[in-house]
Amino acid sequence: MNGSEIATIDWWAWIETSFWIVFKIVLILLPLILAVAYTTYAERKIIGYMQLRLGPNRVGPKGWLQPIADTVKLIMKEIVVPKGSSKTLFVIAPVLFIGPSFAAWAVVPFDAGMVLADVNAGLLYVLAMTSIGVYGVIIAGWASNSKYAFLGAMRSAAQIVSYELAMGFALVGVLMCAQSMNLGEIVEAQSGGVLNWFFIPLFPLLIVYWISGVAETNRAPFDMAEGESEIVAGFHVEYGGMAFSLFFLAEYANMILISFLTALMFCGGWLSPFQGMGVLEDITAWVPGTIWLLVKASFFLFCLLWIRATFPRFRYDQIMRLGWKIFIPVTLVWLPLLAVWIKAGVWPFN
Amino acid sequence: MTFQAIVFYSFAAWLIFAAIMVISSKNSVKAALFLVLTFASASAIWLLLEAEFLAISLIVVYVGAVMVLLLFVVMMLDVDYAALRQGFVKKLPIALIIAIAFFVVLYSFLTHGEFSAEKFAEPAAKAADYSNIKALGRVIYTEYFIAFEIAAVILLVAIIAAISLTFRGRRNRKSQNISKQLAANKKNRLKIVKVDPVVSANETSDELAVNQSEKQS
Amino acid sequence: MNESMNFSLITSEIFLLCALCVIMIVDLFQRDKERVLTFTLTQASLIVLFVLGFNSLGAERIISFDGHWVTDELATVLKLSIYAITFLALFYARSFISHRNLMRGEYYLLTLFSVLGMMIMVSANSFLVVYLGLELLSLSLYALVALQRDSSVASESAVKYFVMGGLASGFILYGVSLIYGATGSLLIADVAKHFSENSIGLVGQFGLVFIVIGLSFKFGAVPFHMWLPDIYHGAPSSITAFIASVPKIAAFGMTMRLLSEAFGQSISQWASMILIVALLSVILGNVIAVSQNNLKRLLAYSAIAHIGYFLLGVVPGTQESFSAAMYYIIVYALMTLAGFGIVIFMSSENKEYQKVTDLRGLGRYHPWYALLFSIVMISMAGIPPFIGFWPKLEIFRNLIINGYVVEAIVAIAFSVVGLFYYLRVVKEMYFAEAVDAPEISSSRSLKIAISVNCLLLLFLGLLPDSIYQYCLTAFNLMG
Repeated sequence: MNGSEIATIDWWAWIETSFWIVFKIVLILLPLILAVAYTTYAERKIIGYMQLRLGPNRVGPKGWLQPIADTVKLIMKEIVVPKGSSKTLFVIAPVLFIGPSFAAWAVVPFDAGMVLADVNAGLLYVLAMTSIGVYGVIIAGWASNSKYAFLGAMRSAAQIVSYELAMGFALVGVLMCAQSMNLGEIVEAQSGGVLNWFFIPLFPLLIVYWISGVAETNRAPFDMAEGESEIVAGFHVEYGGMAFSLFFLAEYANMILISFLTALMFCGGWLSPFQGMGVLEDITAWVPGTIWLLVKASFFLFCLLWIRATFPRFRYDQIMRLGWKIFIPVTLVWLPLLAVWIKAGVWPFN
Repeated sequence: MTFQAIVFYSFAAWLIFAAIMVISSKNSVKAALFLVLTFASASAIWLLLEAEFLAISLIVVYVGAVMVLLLFVVMMLDVDYAALRQGFVKKLPIALIIAIAFFVVLYSFLTHGEFSAEKFAEPAAKAADYSNIKALGRVIYTEYFIAFEIAAVILLVAIIAAISLTFRGRRNRKSQNISKQLAANKKNRLKIVKVDPVVSANETSDELAVNQSEKQS
Repeated sequence: MNESMNFSLITSEIFLLCALCVIMIVDLFQRDKERVLTFTLTQASLIVLFVLGFNSLGAERIISFDGHWVTDELATVLKLSIYAITFLALFYARSFISHRNLMRGEYYLLTLFSVLGMMIMVSANSFLVVYLGLELLSLSLYALVALQRDSSVASESAVKYFVMGGLASGFILYGVSLIYGATGSLLIADVAKHFSENSIGLVGQFGLVFIVIGLSFKFGAVPFHMWLPDIYHGAPSSITAFIASVPKIAAFGMTMRLLSEAFGQSISQWASMILIVALLSVILGNVIAVSQNNLKRLLAYSAIAHIGYFLLGVVPGTQESFSAAMYYIIVYALMTLAGFGIVIFMSSENKEYQKVTDLRGLGRYHPWYALLFSIVMISMAGIPPFIGFWPKLEIFRNLIINGYVVEAIVAIAFSVVGLFYYLRVVKEMYFAEAVDAPEISSSRSLKIAISVNCLLLLFLGLLPDSIYQYCLTAFNLMG
């Protein structure tokens, strides 16, 4: 057997594996984009009802086709590059924003073993990807050559760096409980019914993580980077058409991601809440794990919309105060307590 | 050439390209962004070496935090790059000589030193469940315990120094006390007073006006 | 002896760190403008450290923490002198900083942190820990220099110090990385073993050059001295007194660990480099100091010259010469502290002492202090019976024994040049015509501190063995 033959065999195997990887990526991304489209619909409907309105109800039955119509509109619109802007960066920015928010899905398991990349440091990877996303915002704000956009970018940079710390500390708690950074193993560590889920010992960290997640995704009431009433639309004020829709898509993909991660890390992921509960477990045995995960994630997603409809926007100094003076101290206190708790071997760590 | 070699060389090429752009880019923001790209490619090379924890830490710490703050500063500054570039051509030969000398030293590192190919064997591939996070943690808390703790003290000094250099204490100015603002509640701010109805509901405003004018006169 | 995790060996360090945390918290809740409690706690912890260190004198050499840490006589003696001189320096600082809006808890905290850094430097047994200790020390010192935020001179010198210090650390780190590449270990013992079995090679030589350059930068030896006068001049005087004296002792410890212990086998490689640097420092420092009118700058250039003499003591590379160098550096620290003590002493609430000529009339109106200051100057010049004479003598003796006769003659010749500017200060005090009497408005603690310090120079000079015997035991030279 000579060298070229080995190479040929290698190449075929390589093409085959890459085909499967691409196929899996498509399998994750297509439903994700669809979910984003209908999250916007859900958002408008839910907030509409909360504010005693009807929400979209013209396009299609009960407004079902509204997101499709919006998408078509955005695709048809012209992208205007402002004068005096840095053109390359202006175009790259939306890509840099959406790239990490899609890439983070690579390590999200949908059921036992149903994951694109079973990475050991999955938790860290997710943290890395969510923190890279800020470059899209900063570059967009800077390249637009606009004061509002720049202000939005600056706000976003400061905010994301601050909340990332709290988020990272909250994840350390998860790591301590699960003894692993692999998301699949984190979920497996929670098996044994609803009482074994991490949200019980990690309740303060869940709150910190969840709110930091809202802040990281720039959602109301932390949408300082956009702040319609203050800086018009912040970092993406100069964007329109497809470029804008990329920002939009990434923001909603991030929302869904944060909901999934919260479900995975604190609420047992794909595990049934009735594990080890006799009859209830038998009755619900037919429900696939993915459904449980979707239910849990949908709950958190609903909460995001609920929060948006309920709370007014934070003032900037209040955001910084919350991040540095409340969240970080809370996590710093809880982590040593947790360490003692785990070492003591008291329930639920026995 | 194996697949890994292709990946390595492409990322290495990216790294070198980005590193050159960092120092040759005309715009300081773009230079900073190329530095981000440098970090990202370096992290990819680490991933290739199965050091995934270090690779991702590089992304989280340098790309995610340090460079964001650096960009923050660079975007606000108006650096005159023309002034910085003065004497570039004049100093280039010396710089090149130094660079080549460094390269030679580093190259002999790989050929003669403890890390040369014949002395430093290729490490065996790790088992699938090998976690280099655990391995790293074990070394840090045993062999390098004292160094690790000193590093923590250095960070503490950095915090104290930064605060003592920037915090100027309470100043006499009107500022918002956020905890006081947040502590405000309905009970303190809103008072519901029961007011006796002066006019009955069925009286029209005209009648009211008439009544009042009568009282005045 | 080699032990792994033996925490009793780092009791002093652990105690200092705990004390620091306590002082930090206590200071936070202090309403007192004079920070009496912070000051007291700081000095008390230094005393406790001194007692702890004194008790471990004469203990056997133990290498611990997987080879990264060493506790031996050298480390203990150096630490004791660090505590003692820091203790004195803080007394000098008290009234000075309270007049200059510097009386903040951070002053004491950062000083103690730098002490911790120095303790680590002298006890480190691996390149990694040496470097970390150095960074801990340098970071605290940068912040100390910058503490006077409203003074543009202090801020400028802080930035200069930071940039040059960072460059020097970079050199050392690069050298260390090259040594790591050549030997495959960061432990000083392993490096020494490697070089005793193999030749040093190109990479090792490069690494050694970088380390020597970095050390010279940190010492402020010529030709890497240009930052030193500016920083000594720009920093608040009490901080100058501290950074000019105590860190040099730690730097000596670091030099011993790096050059003598790790590169003991390749002494011929570094001795010539150090020799050039040392002679240049002696020549340039003494010559430039002659033309200085500002006492702080004069002392800065004299410091460069002193570093030159000290480095000459390292050159022969014998245990005896090392102990002479150690004697020199401890005495130097004590003298420099007194020298800058004069500057602090003569500065009052609204006046910053600057010129040598400001001392005019001191001999007539304040004879006691004029006498004390003369002791400092004459001791620095190296005239018996003051303490400054003995270590110089030891160093010259060691040079000549080991065949560096020409070098010794050059050094002696330039110490005669040094005599000129030291005596000029004395001349200004006694013989120059005073316009009006120099006012002295120092606090009592400062008066006591400077009297103690200056008289120490005299008494220790009369009993030269008092310090020297410890230096000799540090290098196992006492039977």
